[in-house]
Amino acid sequence: MASVSYDNATRFYPGGTKPAVDKLNLEVKDGEFLVLVGPSGSGKSTALRMLAGLEEVNDGSILIGDRDVTDVPPKDRDIAMVFQNYALYPHMTVAENMGFALKIAGVSKEERAARVEEAAKLLDLEDYLSRKPKALSGGQRQRVAMGRAIVRQPQVFLMDEPLSNLDAKLRVQTRTQIASLQRRLGVTTVYVTHDQTEALTMGDRIAVLKDGILQQVGTPRDLYEAPQNVFVAGFIGSPAMNLFQADIVEGGIAFGNAVLPIPADVLASATGPQITVGVRPEDIDVAPAGGEGLDVVVDLVEELGADGYLYGHAEINGLRTDLVARVDGRRHPNAGETVKLVAKTDHIHAFDIATGERLNAAVVVD
Amino acid sequence: MADFFRWLAQLPPLAQVPIVILAFLAVVGAVLFFIEIAPRRGRRYTIIRLAVSVLVPVVTVFVVGSYTWAAAIGAVVGGILFLVDYRSRQGAGYLLQLWCFLLPAILMLVIGLIVPTIQTAVQAFMNSRGTEFVGIDNFVWIFTQPSGVRTVVNTIVWVLVTPVVSTIAGLAYAVFIDKSRGEKIFKVLVFMPMAISFVGASIIWRFMYTARPADQEQIGLLNQVIVWFGGTPYDFLANSPLNTLFLIVVLIWVQTGFAMVVLSAAIKGVPTEQLEAAELDGTSPWQRFVNVTVPSIRSSLVVVLTTISIASLKVFDIVRTMTAGANDTSVIANEMYTQFKNFETGRSAAFAVVLFLLVLPIVIYNARQIKKQREIR
Repeated sequence: MASVSYDNATRFYPGGTKPAVDKLNLEVKDGEFLVLVGPSGSGKSTALRMLAGLEEVNDGSILIGDRDVTDVPPKDRDIAMVFQNYALYPHMTVAENMGFALKIAGVSKEERAARVEEAAKLLDLEDYLSRKPKALSGGQRQRVAMGRAIVRQPQVFLMDEPLSNLDAKLRVQTRTQIASLQRRLGVTTVYVTHDQTEALTMGDRIAVLKDGILQQVGTPRDLYEAPQNVFVAGFIGSPAMNLFQADIVEGGIAFGNAVLPIPADVLASATGPQITVGVRPEDIDVAPAGGEGLDVVVDLVEELGADGYLYGHAEINGLRTDLVARVDGRRHPNAGETVKLVAKTDHIHAFDIATGERLNAAVVVD
Repeated sequence: MADFFRWLAQLPPLAQVPIVILAFLAVVGAVLFFIEIAPRRGRRYTIIRLAVSVLVPVVTVFVVGSYTWAAAIGAVVGGILFLVDYRSRQGAGYLLQLWCFLLPAILMLVIGLIVPTIQTAVQAFMNSRGTEFVGIDNFVWIFTQPSGVRTVVNTIVWVLVTPVVSTIAGLAYAVFIDKSRGEKIFKVLVFMPMAISFVGASIIWRFMYTARPADQEQIGLLNQVIVWFGGTPYDFLANSPLNTLFLIVVLIWVQTGFAMVVLSAAIKGVPTEQLEAAELDGTSPWQRFVNVTVPSIRSSLVVVLTTISIASLKVFDIVRTMTAGANDTSVIANEMYTQFKNFETGRSAAFAVVLFLLVLPIVIYNARQIKKQREIR
């Protein structure tokens, strides 16, 4: 087991002018589960493959433990990787697949069998050891790929979207299995996904990437409660945070005929007469009759049993702005009505309109 | 028919083209008529069928000018159309179509393949004129006289050496040029011999091997090289048993390109992730090749090996062109031809049977491998 650190690691693809991964600085602690998340093309897979040694590091360096592995070939890095499509060897049985790395490493037959058996027990694969991958279901193949990594007892696990080939239900199940397995084994893990829900539920810490640039690293809570910029604010959370541009007024910013209070020093640090305001759907309420707030026309209410999501639109500074609010599942306005919405004043995220950077301090309640 | 061709031949060439195309279209039209329109249901199609069964004999009378022919053709066409009419009323047609499509192929297979196979097998047990049953005398003859044994042994050497060497060479070449800069050009260079006929290749190589007495100027490349290095000319094709190997070189030269192209395509089909996974599993490039690449291209390897094996079992052109079987270089196919030319049809057929028996296991192995491969994919 070891820590991992990226030190200004940069990767240019041949022929490209923009780096796929741009000066990435990232520390993964020993035994930590770090999730790399971002939209497609954000460089998250490239960053992982750089750590695996499958992708060249053009600039900067990568360390595993105290060892600089920047120019070490993949086979000598002592890492195991789970691929998106599992990359099982089709001509080998499950047991042979799992024991292959040990066989190459020259581990004796008895020990190999013992370790494969142990991993199979852990993953509930004992009955399938003599089958070929073709005769397995998607979920079983995924577990074999996991087993192949576990048997190695490597310093670091790398996982490249290992759940994306599973159906929705199995994905949720496997998600928790992988997370608890990792905690039990205590092996440093770097996990790549494009799914922010997966990131929030699995990671000890999450690193958000966009266009090869690291946006923010933090615990799921940090990212949710205190996104450092507009991109992270919009990317983390489902439904996404409401983001709109609002005028700075006396004592805060305008939200319809209500004023959302924001400290004057925060507003003073803004570069323009407007700021970008973010409010999560659960921080928006329907105002009581006669109260102040923003007039919103309800387009649709999504009922999810206990809760409902109200989708509506409002005019803010002459711009049509879509808004989402969490409402009571039993008592809520109906589509077509116009309601006044108010925002909870203690969970407002203020961002600079030009740079997109966060302006106010976040309220993180522990 | 003959009159038609004679008439066609005396026309100017430019006029022949449209007539040939028209004739072709007429034949295709007739075929389509019988397959597509004739078996349909409904009164309209019955009328069409009736019209055709009247028209065909009338046209035949005018074209051929013989009432007997017209009557015969009219009867056949009428019969078929009546059958079609009868079936279409029942709503059948699938079976009829099936037979219409299959029959030409089946007929050709039977005439071109099955009947000759049986005839050859029978002839192998007959005397030289095919008039009298002689038991296994022909086979006894093959395996008792030295040149017959030599022929069979040579053929076996061909089958053992050619596929192995050309597959290994093709595979190695495909691996080394894979993803290299001038891959396409390198491929074309090795694939080119495939485009040369065996006879052409043989003539080229006979020049390569040509030996002249030491005091004359050498015209063969290899001997010229030997002379340059101060050696004495060596007659590559005269000295047994190495001469067979020199003939085999020609087939290897031709088949390596085939092996290379097929295996190169197969290598490109090996999933990158599997190779990467193996790399992370700690394998060296050679271990990856043996443990991932080769198992993945196994089916292609089997196809290449068996195809070349069969080609080398049947080799004839090279031996015929370069030595005609002299100096102990003969192979079964060449001997088959020689015996046939000497009016020894029985012995010739016996050689054919031996060849067939040698090919059979390879074909069976090939079929089994294809079945086995389905387990993995």
